[in-house]
Amino acid sequence: MRFIEIKNCYKVYKNGVAAIADLTLSINKGEFVFVIGASGSGKSTLIKMLYREEKPTKGTVEIGGINVGKLRNRTVYKLRRKLGIVFQDFKLLPKLTVYENVAFALECLGMKGREVRPKVIKALEHVGLKDKLRSFPSELSGGEQQRVCIARAIVNNPKLLICDEPTGNLDPKTSKGIMEVLETINKNLGTTIIMATHDKEIVDRMKKRVIVLDSGVLAEDHEKGRYKARESI
Amino acid sequence: MRKEDIKPVKAFRILGRSIRDAIKSVFRNFSLSIASILCTTITLILVAIAIVITVNINHITKNLEEELTIVVYIESDTSDERLADIEREINNISTVSQVTSKSKEEWRLEMQSYSDTLNTTLNYLEENPLLDSFIVTVLNVDDLRPTALEIREIANVESANYGEGMVEDIISVFDIIQTVTLAMVIALIVVTAFLISNTIKLTIFSRRSEIEIMRLVGSSNTSIKLPFIFEGFLLGVLGSIIPIIITIYGYLIMYEQMSVSSSFSIIELVRPMPFVLLTSIVLLLIGSVVGMFGSARAVRKYLKI
Repeated sequence: MRFIEIKNCYKVYKNGVAAIADLTLSINKGEFVFVIGASGSGKSTLIKMLYREEKPTKGTVEIGGINVGKLRNRTVYKLRRKLGIVFQDFKLLPKLTVYENVAFALECLGMKGREVRPKVIKALEHVGLKDKLRSFPSELSGGEQQRVCIARAIVNNPKLLICDEPTGNLDPKTSKGIMEVLETINKNLGTTIIMATHDKEIVDRMKKRVIVLDSGVLAEDHEKGRYKARESI
Repeated sequence: MRKEDIKPVKAFRILGRSIRDAIKSVFRNFSLSIASILCTTITLILVAIAIVITVNINHITKNLEEELTIVVYIESDTSDERLADIEREINNISTVSQVTSKSKEEWRLEMQSYSDTLNTTLNYLEENPLLDSFIVTVLNVDDLRPTALEIREIANVESANYGEGMVEDIISVFDIIQTVTLAMVIALIVVTAFLISNTIKLTIFSRRSEIEIMRLVGSSNTSIKLPFIFEGFLLGVLGSIIPIIITIYGYLIMYEQMSVSSSFSIIELVRPMPFVLLTSIVLLLIGSVVGMFGSARAVRKYLKI
């Protein structure tokens, strides 16, 4: 069942840079997809178009039947409530505790306080940080901060988890831990995951579907377990 | 609040959360909050000073204007009946508010009381050389000249003087002072708005990542803006506290000093009540409204509206 449908999509920035060119691809519900490519290949632009931080210049990007590019700025929040987004730089609020950072995502939606707590605890359990509720981000390691970011992304049970180089700032061992968390979420919750990454070791090890972008063009699309990393990536 | 958010309970919850977050945020971003509050305080003190000056200048000029009169002298051989007729004719002029008669005998007694020389001279004369008169006040100070001209046309009127030249000069000076002080108040309010708004902009600039995260986790623009608007309101209110205290106590002290000191006896200030109360309300309104709009304007920039 197709969940994400990108058709003949182009993205040209105002400065004339063509980031995505004639991209067509579809992603099924519950899939775990890696998007890889060299710097400037259009990975981040593709990710940003998925959560409608950028609009396609031409073509369509549909998520769950919604044409994301057609959404007006003031209604984008409706889409984002159905997504979870994980960033390389975590984007945690430094003055809030772990609990507050995760709860923040639910409170922003106007959820009742008594509904928030169990959901936050459950999300933190998923990422193995239940015992760090009262810690501040500055008291956590990079891996732990990324786990908080993942907990915040999944707390509202999104159908789609978009990860923009979530292991980019982490060492291999910590990255492995993060990937295990993401795999568990994908398996146990059925969440579709799209992850942009540079880390060929992770891509190799995980044996998932791999989409390779090159200068904004879909260069390769490998089915689950068919991808073998090359030095050039 | 947009249509899609109109679920009363949820809306109230977002409102409550916004107020709670606004209060928390004032303390969490303490140094920036202090900067905003101080900026508001300083500009509102200036606004308060401008208001006090403007209102008092208006009050003083109004008092002075009320004291400007036309003195009408009647020819010496005019009968008492004719005097009564002239008084009636003056009263019939639409711009006249009051006519008080002052006989030559009253003038004589008044002049005799001024100095001994005048007293001796007037006593020496067998006949009173002074003239009967009327003191005329007008409804509006601008009516002085036309009213005096009209009175001069009445038969048996010797003269009708109101201090030509000097009065016009005083009136034009008053007009200039009033215009200048009013412009000053308006300019200060505009400056206050910009200063507060820009300080809040700086505060919000330092918190753009917070706004970005709110957008990314699916907050609607309204629910992002609300805490900042409440925060702006709160900063505005906090910033107006000191100017209000200064206005109330400063004005009361100044009023007492001015009324005690003999050198300022000709200057009568506006009574403190309800003036200071109204000024305080104006300061509170300027602080809070400008704070709210300043925040709303500043946060808009990061919302991609």
